[in-house]
Amino acid sequence: MHDWAQIAVGTALVRGATYADARVMDIRQRDISTKNGAIGTVAESESLGIGVRVIASGAWGFAATDRLTCEGVQACAAEAVSIAKASALAKTHNVVLAPEQAYEDTWQSPFIKDPFRIPVERQIDLLLAADKEMRKVKGVTLAEGSMSFRRIEQFFASSIGSAIHQVKMLSGAGIVATSFAEKEIQKRSYPNSFGGQHMESGYELVESLDLAGNAGRVGEESVALHSAAQCPEGTSTIILESAQLGLQIHESVGHPIELDRVLGQEANFAGMSFLTIDKLRKLRYGSEIVNVVADARLEHGPGLGTFGYDDEGVPAQCTPIISNGLFTGYLSNRESAAAIGEKRSGGTMRTESWNRLPIIRMTNVSLLPGTWKYDDLIADTDDAILMETNRSWSIDDRRYHFQFSTEIGWEIKGGKKGRMIKNPSYSGITTEFWNSCDAICPRDYLTLRGTPNCGKGQPMQTMGTGHGAAPSRFRNIKIGVAFAK
Amino acid sequence: MSPARKSKKPRRAAKSVYHSHASEDFRVGLPDLREIAARVLKLSDADETEVDVGAVSDALTRFANNTIHQHVAEQNLALSVRVVFDGRTARASTNKTDEESLRRVVNAASSLARVQQKNPDLLPMPKQQKYQKVRRFYPITAAASAADRARAVARVCATAEKTKQTAAGIFTTGLTESILANSRGLFAHYEQTRAEFSITILEKDSSGWAKSNSPNLVEIDPEALAESASEKAVASRAPREIEPGHYTVILEPPAVLDLVGFLFYDFAGTAVLDQRSLFTGRMGKKLFGENISIWDDVYHPLQLGAPYDGEGIAREKVQLVDRGVPRNLVYARATAKKMKARPTGHGFSLPNEYGEAPMNLVFAGGKATVDEMVLSTERGVLVTRLWYIREVDPYQKILTGMTRDGTFLIEKGRIAGGIRNFRFNQSMIKMLSNVEMLGVPVRAAGEESFEMVVPAMKVRDFHFSEVTKF
Repeated sequence: MHDWAQIAVGTALVRGATYADARVMDIRQRDISTKNGAIGTVAESESLGIGVRVIASGAWGFAATDRLTCEGVQACAAEAVSIAKASALAKTHNVVLAPEQAYEDTWQSPFIKDPFRIPVERQIDLLLAADKEMRKVKGVTLAEGSMSFRRIEQFFASSIGSAIHQVKMLSGAGIVATSFAEKEIQKRSYPNSFGGQHMESGYELVESLDLAGNAGRVGEESVALHSAAQCPEGTSTIILESAQLGLQIHESVGHPIELDRVLGQEANFAGMSFLTIDKLRKLRYGSEIVNVVADARLEHGPGLGTFGYDDEGVPAQCTPIISNGLFTGYLSNRESAAAIGEKRSGGTMRTESWNRLPIIRMTNVSLLPGTWKYDDLIADTDDAILMETNRSWSIDDRRYHFQFSTEIGWEIKGGKKGRMIKNPSYSGITTEFWNSCDAICPRDYLTLRGTPNCGKGQPMQTMGTGHGAAPSRFRNIKIGVAFAK
Repeated sequence: MSPARKSKKPRRAAKSVYHSHASEDFRVGLPDLREIAARVLKLSDADETEVDVGAVSDALTRFANNTIHQHVAEQNLALSVRVVFDGRTARASTNKTDEESLRRVVNAASSLARVQQKNPDLLPMPKQQKYQKVRRFYPITAAASAADRARAVARVCATAEKTKQTAAGIFTTGLTESILANSRGLFAHYEQTRAEFSITILEKDSSGWAKSNSPNLVEIDPEALAESASEKAVASRAPREIEPGHYTVILEPPAVLDLVGFLFYDFAGTAVLDQRSLFTGRMGKKLFGENISIWDDVYHPLQLGAPYDGEGIAREKVQLVDRGVPRNLVYARATAKKMKARPTGHGFSLPNEYGEAPMNLVFAGGKATVDEMVLSTERGVLVTRLWYIREVDPYQKILTGMTRDGTFLIEKGRIAGGIRNFRFNQSMIKMLSNVEMLGVPVRAAGEESFEMVVPAMKVRDFHFSEVTKF
């Protein structure tokens, strides 16, 4: 398959491209779901094709085809060049790329158990066992479970001489118990909402989650929420557990640092960013204890944003994003790095599939751990709400104002975890929020969560990102607005 | 000057603009789907076999900062096979059509199906159905070239440069063709073209937006859309911050669409059966205002989509809400059997856990223009577009989100200027009970929901809970 990538690059150069890269991707997927004791979906899919990206006449072109024949690949490369030349009809400047070296390498994400070799019936049985435990709880009206697995093998070639082979294995699973009563629908998810936990891992991830062991608790909490106290409206201290904090990082740090947004390239759809270039190394993003990195390297962990090389052939890197509270870095690619005078791309170009153009995406954007032991943090907190598991999330198109709600909350009074709170929500302005952080738990409490459903780009691409976070405390936060009358 | 969309008839793009490649050669390279479907059915030894094969040829020109920065095209095929063995079913998909791959995809579906428990709800595959014809394929759209789109983009970017504004957006064209067939003799074919232009015009502290899509490229007028977005950007300069609270709002059709689009799955029989629909326990009871009636109607002249569902059952026009009262749901075959109802042709491809959904919502409207709504408003807010809408509460149907790209204060029947964007937290039940005026329904295109036919709405007591920084 690597030959197809080389043929595409060669054809593009012959046709007049000044730069070309190509990705052949072979993707295999398995999806299983259960609902109320029955199988919902059992499906497998495969997709193979090539995407060719070129610069010709100083402008970009991209074409993709599933016709992996010599004729099909050459026609695809020629079309990419032709499209680039059409792009030049509306061009204000020639595309410039930050310099990069050529690499010949192979990289594979580590895993122990190939999920595609685990019998489907065993995977279904695991979900049905959890389903049964949830339905044992009186008041659970809907029990759901899901698993998904994805293997991506890709061959990359570029006209600067790179030839890179990568294989990634992704796994994920989760369960949800929903309870309808009176005039209210409540639900609890485990280990996270919107599909559970996802990592670059094999089936060992699913086995480690103990879905059945947590199903009863999840069911009970979904029913108990009906009689819990409503989250009050006002200003309060909040403590966010790692999964909710992961999504907070995703929305209020990960997206605004995307340099394509900052430079206006997403203005029509995903939006722009308040983090204009003049704020780099000047803006106090958070309090002194807030340190955030974008780290695609395996040593950060097997997150959904881990790889050997990005999809324009730049090696995985760790970029300091917030350093002791100061804003210090963007997510960049070769083009945007050159545009702001950086010497090198940050290596964050990623594509959903062979038929999509690589764009700047989050890798693993993580809050580095702090020093507060969890029990000490709770004991040190007089009056707060502990919020767990995201239920809804929304942020404006420049990433200033956000609002989140979670599935469940717990009152903290006098240093002790107290009664259950339903419909918790909080809102705020990004930099005010991060500057109000006064405690972060240490590495022992950190979880690297996968967000498998991050949408961006036109045509829309869905990408997985990773977010490491440990429970953290934030002061003077507006709560309860989502349900205010 | 009112930033509201002009009520004048939109200009149509000159046909000659896009006519440079209007021949049948856009079909070159597209596979023969009938032949592929026949080969799959022959290869399978299952009790029943269904094949769903589709070809896509899409292209998209993306611009920002008055220049094209992404420009893509793709050709792809999606082949999906479902088999049934003794009441067990599963699906496998591929995009490869060589003999070995076809055999492998059939075997994969068979292997997945054989290891399952028997599904008591599984019905025999349907036999041949009759379908109403719809015309949704326009050769001029299918034949649009990269240069056609680039020239149109170049014109709007040049205009933006002249007015010292910045343009960003997309211009996309494409075609899809699909065949659904099964071993009991069902055969359905659908083809559709699609063109879409969306533009944001940016100024130093303001922006405006417009978007349109149609199967017929001739209906898309990039320059008129750019002009509308530009006028909004000018009119919303120097936005003021006003206090959040309950306001009378005038929602232009894209804003209405992106809100009411969140209702679509609530109309699924399965959603009510699972007790996760807002209509659970509320069917037949007055829920919205008297002026709210909603249908699902794939045959509406402003709608797109195949006239059959994922199993090949013909879609029916269904009245979902009649003068504020939810009357009917939509049903896949298996859901209909469970709920003692008649299938309506809205099922998803099997197997799935979600059942069905109406994909072609059409709202009843009125005759008011947006300008008339503004004139009738003492104090209120005009909303062009909404953003990042999410469900806060599924049963009260509280949604949150932001306004974006053209939010205006109305005072004494006039636009008083641009304002900073608001966050809203609003129950859809309350909103659809508070609609004071309705516009003529149009095919609206937003970003949060698929396209529907909805009117502009004037709504009282809309809850803006907080304000952002721009």
